[in-house]
Amino acid sequence: MTGRTIRLRPGADLDGFRAAVRRLVHDGVAPDAVTWIAGEAQSLFPEDGPEAGPAPALALPRAVAALIPAVVMHRDPERYGLLHRLVRRVADGERHIAEVASDPLVHRLHLMRKAIGRDLHKMHAFLRFRRAGTGEGGRERFAAWFEPEHHILAEAAPFFSARFPSFDWSILTPDGSAHWDGRALSFGPPGRREDVPEQDAFEAGWTDYYSSTFNPARTNLAAMRAEMPKKYWHNMPETAAIPGLVRAAGQRVGAMIERAPEAPAKRVPARALAAMAAQEPASLEALNAVIRASEPLVPGATQAVLGEGPLGAAIAFVGEQPGDQEDLQGRPFVGPAGQLLARALREAGIDRDRSYLTNAVKHFKFEMRGKRRLHQSPTAGEVAHYRWWLDRELAFVAPRLVVALGATAVLALSGRQIPITRARGPAAFAGKPFDGFITVHPSYLLRLPDAARPEAYEAFVGDLRRAALLAAEPAGAVG
Amino acid sequence: MDDALKKKLTILADAAKYDASCASSGAPKRKAEAGGLGSTTGAGICHAYTPDGRCVSLLKILLTNYCLFDCAYCVNRRSSNVRRARFSVDEVVTLTVEFYKRNYIEGLFLSSGIIRSPDHTMEQLIRVAKTLRQRHGFRGYIHLKTIPEASPWLIEQAGLYADRLSINLELPTEASLERLAPEKDGAAIQTAMGQMGERILQAKEEKRRFAPAGQSTQVIVGADASTDESLIRTSARLYDHYGLKRIYYSAFSPIPDAASILPSKSPPLQREHRLYQADWLMRYYEFSPDDVAGATESGMLALDVDPKLAWALRNRDKFPVDVNKADREMLLRVPGLGVRAVDKIVAARRHATLRLDDVARLTSGLKRARPFLIAADYAPVRLTDRLDLRARLAEPPRQLSLF
Repeated sequence: MTGRTIRLRPGADLDGFRAAVRRLVHDGVAPDAVTWIAGEAQSLFPEDGPEAGPAPALALPRAVAALIPAVVMHRDPERYGLLHRLVRRVADGERHIAEVASDPLVHRLHLMRKAIGRDLHKMHAFLRFRRAGTGEGGRERFAAWFEPEHHILAEAAPFFSARFPSFDWSILTPDGSAHWDGRALSFGPPGRREDVPEQDAFEAGWTDYYSSTFNPARTNLAAMRAEMPKKYWHNMPETAAIPGLVRAAGQRVGAMIERAPEAPAKRVPARALAAMAAQEPASLEALNAVIRASEPLVPGATQAVLGEGPLGAAIAFVGEQPGDQEDLQGRPFVGPAGQLLARALREAGIDRDRSYLTNAVKHFKFEMRGKRRLHQSPTAGEVAHYRWWLDRELAFVAPRLVVALGATAVLALSGRQIPITRARGPAAFAGKPFDGFITVHPSYLLRLPDAARPEAYEAFVGDLRRAALLAAEPAGAVG
Repeated sequence: MDDALKKKLTILADAAKYDASCASSGAPKRKAEAGGLGSTTGAGICHAYTPDGRCVSLLKILLTNYCLFDCAYCVNRRSSNVRRARFSVDEVVTLTVEFYKRNYIEGLFLSSGIIRSPDHTMEQLIRVAKTLRQRHGFRGYIHLKTIPEASPWLIEQAGLYADRLSINLELPTEASLERLAPEKDGAAIQTAMGQMGERILQAKEEKRRFAPAGQSTQVIVGADASTDESLIRTSARLYDHYGLKRIYYSAFSPIPDAASILPSKSPPLQREHRLYQADWLMRYYEFSPDDVAGATESGMLALDVDPKLAWALRNRDKFPVDVNKADREMLLRVPGLGVRAVDKIVAARRHATLRLDDVARLTSGLKRARPFLIAADYAPVRLTDRLDLRARLAEPPRQLSLF
């Protein structure tokens, strides 16, 4: 078998290697017979060996296929030869070779891959941008100089475009450059350190931060160097502070240990301490202010919809959550279901203005269906989140009876999922200082087919009548 | 950056550095939207290391170091005479964004002294996170310190914007808290942790975004008389009950203007290191708290050997272990073999018989492992039973003073 010479592009020539190794395996060329030349200018002479068009693709086990693109980035001139050896062994029947990490060849390739992973990680970590004026369309421009150990620029760059899409940037290295213009990533010729600005307005502040976050009592230079080897330092502005920090550390710690405790210069802020302890909302208005200021748990709602009605109302109604109309108007029970409830209350002889109406969840949650905002039921987690407010709200209102309208209200008041059909009627909510009553939510009536609705509506009004009677009785008479 | 802002940054970074947590891991992978800023990779990135060997991943600062609380171990307690400063919300946002754009940081770690009230303080922290997310489309990492004394609904608001939330336990026992941190309430801390754990779990089940990187806590080591065993048992309980992602052990470190109630001395760094190792044994090596306790001497972990080696020395009858036959669980007990080495052994031995040289290529801890394992061409002759084994394997006493 005659020897063969393969020339590949400088850097990580994955495509060139793939084509070459397919050909070599196809032609049965032994790894020892191949000379790999990478990184030189393209030869003017045709390559040795028969050229018979592309050789067929190789079916490689996943672990082998995954190893190749990483190892190809390594600067070791033997990388292609080692990979060829691995592929040859797979072709010769060692299909599981990449899983045998103790094999000397596999071990070496794993170490190479690990070095690539580390180099990529360190580039993502230690590269520093400097502001480099303004780019096209007034976009900010940044630039960085970095010296990776291996041929990783193309692999490392997408991390930066995913992270910094909104300004233009260039990364210059001795092997090549990467550029982002807000739309696409492009690669160019090697850069020079001088092409990056010499300073940046935030570097002094960053170095101050770096110095301040260092704890001199824990000085451990070996640990620092293991993770941040010195070769990276000259491209990281903050490392200029290291010698000074290390020199002063001993004296700073000594001073801290020896220094006798001093009496506080300020008196105990008794009034502030007392005020601090009194942060709980002291009234329904204060609680409502908190609720109004809070974000919805699920984004989208226009505003929080607060409860309505007088303090000390004998009867309180708890619904599920505001609907479309409630969300827009900022008031509970003003939509179709609310209107139905109002009618039922009238027929049951309950004065809406003397009752308290609220919802278990204070924000509207919906799904866009065309132009309509379609109601979505709150999840158990959301109900739990809003429970804190409901509990406090009802504590301020202090009703004698609380009517849970529907399953969500029952969940909020009892902490448990209970089927309405079985629990309908008087109920006790554990740990609550009021009596309970369970019935359906008026929106349930709206969803029923026309034929079933009158009967269900009558039953609902009947429930409300019973609730009104219970609310008029002395506390504790229920259940 | 003007001088006034730089000065504040110096004070408020110095005030925040005793919090050991700096991880930027655990967030789901995200990238910036058009016009936005920032991404997360899942694994986290350390952008620099300070001469204490610790990672700088997040801009770790306090909103203010004015504080109404008077916790003896804390440099920011109200009776301390340190310089005080206070950032505005916009200042923190600007620093985070500008540092981030220069690739100095992965995101923000924000904590604060308690001013006016816990609720007020919590609201300020939330405002920073919300401004970053909403005004700047910031997709980087945010870790918010939660104030356990704040109202539950505020604590829960924090989860809408933060990747990670943390409440520091600081002291492992109620008695220590009472003595050293009079304004803190151990029961309230645990209630808040429990509440948060529940919300995080629920949100995960319901696929809502709520503190996706979970919650963590910190315990100070060496400020009170707690033993390692009690710390480890506390940790096991916290991991178990509240689903904590991480517990940080922070060797009590001398601080400027220390309180008279605590001794001023070098931080017990080696002890802290051993606690982290023990913690890892429980999380990744299938050790139970009882196993770890079994490796202690009057409740304290040995300083000269790591806890796994200490356990093996106490349980010599379970060794040597055959690398070609033993199950994964037992391989994990071999000193010097890490999780990755064990996984490689298990994968490799399906296709090859391992000799000692092979094992040497899979772990850097062969010296410690040798007395405890059998390979195809090797068995420890008397090594496992030698009386001086511990002395032969112990690390030379590390220079624990500083220089």
